[in-house]
Amino acid sequence: MAQPNYDAIIIGAGHNGLTNAAFLAKAGLDVLVLEKNDHIGGATVSRELEPGWFYSNCSYVCSLFRPEIYQALDLGRHGLEIVPLQGSVTFSQNGDYFGSYHQSDIKRREIARHSQRDADAAIRFDADLMKWCRLIRGMLLRTPPDPGSFKARDAFEFAFLLKKFYELSEAQLYEFIRFFTMSIADYLAEYFENDLILAHFSGGSIIGTGLGVYSPGTAYVLLHHAMGDVDGNVGSWGFARGGMGSVAAALASAFQSLGGTLQDSATVAKINVNDGITTGVTLTNGDVIDAKCVVSNLDAKRTFLNLMEEKDLPPKLVERAKTFKIRGSSGKLNIALDGMPEFPALPKGSPLTLGHMHFSDTLERLERAYDDWKDDRWSEDPYVDLLVPSQYDPTVAPPGKHMMSVFVQYCPVEPDGGWTSEKRDAFGKTVIDQIADYSPNFKDLLVHTEVRTPNEIENEVGLTGGNIFQGELTLDQLLFNRPFPGYAQYRGPAQGMYMCGSSNHPGGGVMGAPGANAAREILRDLKKPDVTPQDFGDD
Amino acid sequence: MTKARSAIIIGGGHNGLICAAYLARKGLKVEVLEARNTLGGGLALTSSHMSLHASILKDLKIKLTSQAPVKTIALGPDGEHLCFSGNTVDGPEAARYAAFREEYLAYAKALGPLMLNTPPRLKDFDRADAMTFGKLGWALRFGLGEEAMREFLRVAGMNVYDVLEERFSAPLLKGALAYDAIIGCHVGPRTPNTVLNFLMRLFHDSGQQRVSAAATTSALEEAAGKAGVTMKCGAKVASILVQSDKAVGVTLDTGEALRADIIVSNADAKTTFLDLLGTRHLDALFAHRISKPRTDGDVARLRLSLKARPTVPGLPDSDLSQRLVIAPDMRTVERAFNASKYGEYSKEPVMDMMLDGRTLSINAAYAPLKLKEGWEAGAEGFKAAVLTVLERYAPGLSASVETAELMTPADMAEAFGNAGGHWHHGEMAIDQAFMMRPVHGTAQYETPVAGLYLCGAAAHPGGDITGLPGRNAAKRILRTA
Amino acid sequence: MTPAASPIDFTRTHAPSPFHARLLDHTITQNWATWNGYQTPRVADTVASEYFAIRSACSVMDLTPMEKYRITGPDAGDYLNRLVTRDVTKLKPGRVAYAVWCNDMGRVIDDGTIFHLSEGVYRLCAQHHQLDWLLLSSIGFDVTITKETHDVAALAVQGPTSFSVLSAAGIQGLDTLKPFGITSVDVAGIPVTVSRTGFTGDLGYELWMDPEHALDIWDIIFNVKFERGLYDIRVIGLDALEMVRIEAGFIMPGFDFNTADTAVRADFDRSPYELGLGWLVDLKKPHYTGKRALVAEHARPAKSRLIKLILDGNKVPSGSFLFDREGGENVGAVMAQTWSPILKRALALGDITLRKGQVPSELWAEIYYQKELKWKLHWAKGTVTDKPFWSHPRRSATPPHST
Repeated sequence: MAQPNYDAIIIGAGHNGLTNAAFLAKAGLDVLVLEKNDHIGGATVSRELEPGWFYSNCSYVCSLFRPEIYQALDLGRHGLEIVPLQGSVTFSQNGDYFGSYHQSDIKRREIARHSQRDADAAIRFDADLMKWCRLIRGMLLRTPPDPGSFKARDAFEFAFLLKKFYELSEAQLYEFIRFFTMSIADYLAEYFENDLILAHFSGGSIIGTGLGVYSPGTAYVLLHHAMGDVDGNVGSWGFARGGMGSVAAALASAFQSLGGTLQDSATVAKINVNDGITTGVTLTNGDVIDAKCVVSNLDAKRTFLNLMEEKDLPPKLVERAKTFKIRGSSGKLNIALDGMPEFPALPKGSPLTLGHMHFSDTLERLERAYDDWKDDRWSEDPYVDLLVPSQYDPTVAPPGKHMMSVFVQYCPVEPDGGWTSEKRDAFGKTVIDQIADYSPNFKDLLVHTEVRTPNEIENEVGLTGGNIFQGELTLDQLLFNRPFPGYAQYRGPAQGMYMCGSSNHPGGGVMGAPGANAAREILRDLKKPDVTPQDFGDD
Repeated sequence: MTKARSAIIIGGGHNGLICAAYLARKGLKVEVLEARNTLGGGLALTSSHMSLHASILKDLKIKLTSQAPVKTIALGPDGEHLCFSGNTVDGPEAARYAAFREEYLAYAKALGPLMLNTPPRLKDFDRADAMTFGKLGWALRFGLGEEAMREFLRVAGMNVYDVLEERFSAPLLKGALAYDAIIGCHVGPRTPNTVLNFLMRLFHDSGQQRVSAAATTSALEEAAGKAGVTMKCGAKVASILVQSDKAVGVTLDTGEALRADIIVSNADAKTTFLDLLGTRHLDALFAHRISKPRTDGDVARLRLSLKARPTVPGLPDSDLSQRLVIAPDMRTVERAFNASKYGEYSKEPVMDMMLDGRTLSINAAYAPLKLKEGWEAGAEGFKAAVLTVLERYAPGLSASVETAELMTPADMAEAFGNAGGHWHHGEMAIDQAFMMRPVHGTAQYETPVAGLYLCGAAAHPGGDITGLPGRNAAKRILRTA
Repeated sequence: MTPAASPIDFTRTHAPSPFHARLLDHTITQNWATWNGYQTPRVADTVASEYFAIRSACSVMDLTPMEKYRITGPDAGDYLNRLVTRDVTKLKPGRVAYAVWCNDMGRVIDDGTIFHLSEGVYRLCAQHHQLDWLLLSSIGFDVTITKETHDVAALAVQGPTSFSVLSAAGIQGLDTLKPFGITSVDVAGIPVTVSRTGFTGDLGYELWMDPEHALDIWDIIFNVKFERGLYDIRVIGLDALEMVRIEAGFIMPGFDFNTADTAVRADFDRSPYELGLGWLVDLKKPHYTGKRALVAEHARPAKSRLIKLILDGNKVPSGSFLFDREGGENVGAVMAQTWSPILKRALALGDITLRKGQVPSELWAEIYYQKELKWKLHWAKGTVTDKPFWSHPRRSATPPHST
């Protein structure tokens, strides 16, 4: 069957694919997005798996999404609404808790309840973190320069970064490098003394990683979870009203209103390359669709090893793709509840159930959870990030009922002997038992539970290894090393072939930045005007 | 005629002696004060597989009679052992190993400009710093070439586990290589940065002579003596004297005060700044910073006197005097490390050992400084754990043990006066390396106090028996003081 | 893990001050502000009446929210001397000294007063939360540092009649108390510490007591007015305080300049020299935090300066940029400003960039102001002064004036 000829085909309707597509369409290109599933969104999705309940069954909160993209694509008019969520709490085994209240005076008093010194140290901590935040945030909507290149553009970009870097004082430069290379436990120890507070602030640093709280490099990951903002409130997270699927829906709506074509249930089998020039794609049903350029929203491993033929790739790249680190480490439980579970440790009326809830009260417990993962087991005593979005969002559960999202760290890509449904359920039970330790009526409220291990995430969403960041966020896979050295500027090895997923700089999280950055590079190659947004800047 | 400037070196470890010799050769009047009754410091504890950088031997005209190169033999649990010698290794992965060694030696060499100079400052740098940056950039971009530079930038921050997984398949080979990347530090194979440790080891290992610790010590003593250095043992420095914000001398524990124009400390950073100098001469954040580096040792030394030479099935007796490593695979090493994160010793330790006559000297990991149960309670258990592992490789060895002398990190700290008993006076990790070693603000061998310098392993480029901190410090002092 | 204190009341952003019950009565506007976790009136009645209570009669302000730290131990004196930039080794028991402290880079973290309460026992009063910095500075010193903000109630009694009011309230011995002196007194059986300190550039005292007796002392003072009708005494709020502290030339860390521990952008913090506090920096005393940086800075031309500026005309330069001539080049901005009722002048503290270490020869403020909601622009020329805008001989006269 003959298909029309497109300027660009985007493989995968994840949030980055849609962002990329929307900007290309905005620049006047004729764009087709192909999605293998019957629903769009990739890992940015809301699914009604129990009638009346809508799970954000992969990504579940939103803050890194670039406001520049939100504005440039007019996502508010396309139905996106991000409601800030409030606070967080870590329950401790002795019946106490630490509440990071959303109101700053109350939060300060709560820190002081555990340690007066830490309440004051938090001021120094926040100011320092903000310094690193400013530096990194400025790099999100930019293409990383190539250290191997002698092109003026790369030299200019290096000079720009150096200039940014040099706005720091000498001592701050060293502190920044240290922050970038230290473990979260060591970094926090330079500020805080209280075990519960240390555990509470560490959690964000291991989410999605194959690292533990004592692993160098985790301090930086904290930033990935702290540099987002909702309307300028840096570090605060938000819910997308209607679940994360609303992000994808708004992007798709923007894309279609700009003239783009979206086709679901269309699985790409192969990216066609002829003599080093990309010609289009072939679908699994045999259809061939031609396009000037093809953009893959898939992770780097899948893109090069599944969609491309070895003959079209340099041998080094194949080796890189094979050794690309993309081990999943997280699981997810999505739970439909008959009512709001009680957490008796909290005083009546406490606002702390509105935020993130955690049950890991020491660094040792967090690290031991990691040890299990290293040995290919799910954590016996996992770190969870538990949220009940239905407390704010009336659209995700029936009135009076609740929806709970439980992110679980750690869960192996494959336990010894592989995943079975029994093992998956056993993993789920570990998590449910942990929650029930702090919420006695929790188990009675369960209506439906979806348990997702890296196995389910890979099979449904197509993230290799179930890695939520499309590739681990370690120094060897950041910036100009992401996904591979020499391929960090969104261009693939064949002319007209591009990558726009989180495998690329600046990496994972529902940010949209890789999609926008890739669009900028594509438009540059096609000599089209750049319609991607510039960073708002911080001054 | 102007009077020669005088210098006091606190500590007669190998770096102290080297620094002293360099200074004395340029006409300074140098006195080394060593608290113990012998010179050489922690050198006494090292097995012979590291040695001084060639430039030091040349500059100080030290002649060392090198012994036959020591091979490393990784003992296999099944009696199939792997022998490493230079770029070769037994077995089917020999070619891969040779390529790997060659590649990583090239990366190590590229670090040369950094290792052999004062770490450049990142701002307000002087001409020497600019030269170092220039040479480093050149070594990376043109010394290595584009592809190798990219790969270097990728692997430099990685953990050794992932790198070895990419390259090799034999568990024993990976275990033994990973062991070399972790030993002496509080890290496991999966700890990011361990490739950097490995590279720094390779840098020191690249084609140097191998001599015994005793021979090295006496050669250094002789070189220092020839240069005119006075060396005093049993002279324990109690404090550094400061007048008008300048270091002017030291006091000994006897109360005796000695004065000099330049004071150089071979002691670790915490001892130097917190104990000998005192925080009142320092800024608050600096004092905070210097109290934080990770300096807890995680290796114990076990010295066994044996009734008879042990027998290791599959290993000829002639190979018993090589360096033997027990690290059967990376997971075992990593699991051994897990325990030490929680203040427990490894139930199944990993180790390397040298046999000298009937004395077996073992470095056993992991043995954390701060054992939860305390070393008094835990020492016997750890010895037993080491012996249980050894027994698997050398059946009958336990029964042959006459005495077993355990030196924990706490004992090392006590014996050598280095805070934490860390082999390298502090973890070798990026946040504690280069211009951040021991901490920024004193990473260029100068300290915040005028006239006071660092020359030990706490300073760049850190631990192992390279002599580079002492050499680099001396050069810096001669250039700037 | 040691169990922490009992849960906080998450329905309130503020902790009640020991004087809260009386503040509620006196703050008829219910116009509150937050100060270090306490509620404090912004305006109790009217700014004008409060201002003139300070300048012509007697004002009362709850100082409890001011951060207070007790520093004791064998090294307490040495510790403080390593903390602050001025030499406090000569500070005798019973005396108070104003000081600033810096980070390693010689940038000001905060200012405050050091009370040498008795031999080796000190209280440090600070503008902002300092426990982290104080403890961090204590490495290697044998000192005990305790936060006592909540454990000591403090009341400022300031104004020309403050001596008379306190004497009438039964406090003896103030006639010999010199500025920056401390004395312990007994007020109707309640032990109270009185210091002759303040923020007005005029006569004034600060009273320190156990929170348990806070309301008793309050009542004893106000009885001088309400029961005996001797003198007018008024509660004042932060707005009136802001006016008199600018007149008196006191700076407010965190408002007039970015404090070093909270500054995010490089060079957005300030050194004592740049704040015009060079007189507090002793480059000869033994080492203290920031000394090396300050020695180096002292040898260079200064980069910026917080100046005191008197403006022509009657327009107050709120948030104004400063220029080297009318419509000229921008050289800085106003950080604090007030209309001075007693001087009938617009006063400002301005942060300006120096040229080769010099203040530009002319300074102009670009003032935007409203008349009946209509915005207007006015250029006002300013004159730089080194002295406090206002200081009265009553401030230092001992024995104090009675009116």
